[in-house]
Amino acid sequence: MSELRLMKGNEALAEATIRAGADAYFGYPITPQSEIIEYLMTERPEHRTGMVVLQAESEVAAINMVYGAASTGKRAMTSSSSPGISLKLEGVSYLAGAELPAVIVNVSRGGPGLGTIQPSQADYFQSVKGGGHGDYQLYVLAPASVQEMADFVSDAFDIAFKYRAPVLILSDGLIGQMMEKVVLKDQKERMPDEEIIEKYGDWATTGKKDRERNIITSLDLQPEKMEARVHRLQKKYEQMEKEDLRYEKIQCDDAEYLFVAYGSSARIAQKAVQLGREKGIKVGLLRPITLFPFPKQQLFELADQVKGILSVELSAGQMVEDVRLAVNDKVKVEHFGRTGGIIHTPEEIIEALELKIIKNGSN
Amino acid sequence: MEVIDIIKPENQVFSKTCLMTDATLSYCPGCGHGTAHNLVMEVIDELGIVEDTIGVAPVGCSVLAYDFMNVDITQAAHGRAPALATAISRTWPNKYIFTYQGDGDLAAIGTAETIHACNRGENIVIIFVNNGIYGMTGGQMAPTTLPGMRTSTSPHGREIETMGSPLKITELIANLPGTYYVTRQSVHTHKHVRKAKKAIKNAFNNTRLKKGLSFIEIVSNCNSGWKMNPNESNNWMEENMFPYFPLGDIKVKGKLKQKS
Repeated sequence: MSELRLMKGNEALAEATIRAGADAYFGYPITPQSEIIEYLMTERPEHRTGMVVLQAESEVAAINMVYGAASTGKRAMTSSSSPGISLKLEGVSYLAGAELPAVIVNVSRGGPGLGTIQPSQADYFQSVKGGGHGDYQLYVLAPASVQEMADFVSDAFDIAFKYRAPVLILSDGLIGQMMEKVVLKDQKERMPDEEIIEKYGDWATTGKKDRERNIITSLDLQPEKMEARVHRLQKKYEQMEKEDLRYEKIQCDDAEYLFVAYGSSARIAQKAVQLGREKGIKVGLLRPITLFPFPKQQLFELADQVKGILSVELSAGQMVEDVRLAVNDKVKVEHFGRTGGIIHTPEEIIEALELKIIKNGSN
Repeated sequence: MEVIDIIKPENQVFSKTCLMTDATLSYCPGCGHGTAHNLVMEVIDELGIVEDTIGVAPVGCSVLAYDFMNVDITQAAHGRAPALATAISRTWPNKYIFTYQGDGDLAAIGTAETIHACNRGENIVIIFVNNGIYGMTGGQMAPTTLPGMRTSTSPHGREIETMGSPLKITELIANLPGTYYVTRQSVHTHKHVRKAKKAIKNAFNNTRLKKGLSFIEIVSNCNSGWKMNPNESNNWMEENMFPYFPLGDIKVKGKLKQKS
């Protein structure tokens, strides 16, 4: 039965992982996401659904455990925060190369380096521009509420298995730590082993029975074969752009100015839209829900309607590059955002809109 | 009498296991990898467990193990095979999971994964082929390279003062409570091959009985990396490797063997 609870974002994600019928979680503690593994260890999902939870010896081991489970057709997840995600990226690249389905969660914090444990959105480049090595993309979901922390888990597994590709849930310390009410979905049954063998028998390494052996690898020493693999991956990414782009338009119909913001910044920008309109500024918000694929066409079209665009994120300016690419110089695009763990206020966002776009000559 | 008349099925006393593919081995002539591969496959064949066996291949010379081993195999990132095997074993507790790794993979870059999988006592088999050198990348120094041994990254010989001593990781993990069976074997003579096969069979039986982690080191040669012919390399191995890495069981049924 679905259930209404008051939960932290991290806890909601952990509970939703059990309810999504996941087979395994492998993690390593790091602030501000440790509640995920703490919640799972406390809940003992091995008794509830048979799901495996294991604290690995490192972030590197955890992502490679995910790789192992995923190679056998199991639904596996790992989570971490920015510095830990950096460590995982070799494994993420291998997952993409070997075409394995898996879910990775980043409850991001400020960087670079050890940075800060406070919220940040400075991992946009790392999430959507590869991060690891090679020609790959991650499908990236950016939750903006505790509800979406819960809902995006099963969405992420669905996409991961649809494309046999790793999926990243890019959250941040704000969404992970804050408490909101959340409607939890019903418990989904874990897929029985026999069904995994039947359903994924054409690729998963579940034991060679009544078929040729299955091999999982990302290695192709012959250039022609490797190029074919790279092309196969690019086809998946094209299909993701066509079929699985997600975004939300808030008060865009009559907008003369536009905010573009995702995750926690989208929540704050939504308030800024309200403040702006009270001041007589007709401003709307485009919230990318997927950061890859990115709502390029939607931005390109909105650029014909608005006088200027402010990209708002808790970083020194990362997503703004993709906004500019999409807008293609049709209107002025500027960035605003605080860093280092400081969270911008709706008032600061309106001020930035007035200063950088409205007064400074939008075109 | 023609040869074909002699090689009749009823006259055959030996046949290749169907779990070795017909692909030509990519290993140098004289290398121990082919024999080690064959032993693992023979054991899986004889135990009749191929339907429930999942292998994990490393990075190194045996990165292409999946070309030769006719079982389901996942190829891991460098050093991470025990992490993969952990997850596969945890999510498929009734399967037989083995890793096949070299010394650079298992005892250098993968040290943490090796030690922690052993310490948790994962119900897996680790086959560790130790030839004291990085073969695939062209003969660089390994964690198990002997003192004074010349490699492309220790061209003046391994200096203990600056490069440390060869790592006896097998003795190290034998001291962890999680390991059940730890042994060191070789595959350079018929006698040693038979002993090694017995050890590998013992290891897979331990998995069946859910006894925990079985660790089999195979001290082997690398005639190309050592720049010797196969015979010389086997002799050199006996004279130099075996004194540092003595053959025999180190831990049996969870108990360390007393040194004689």
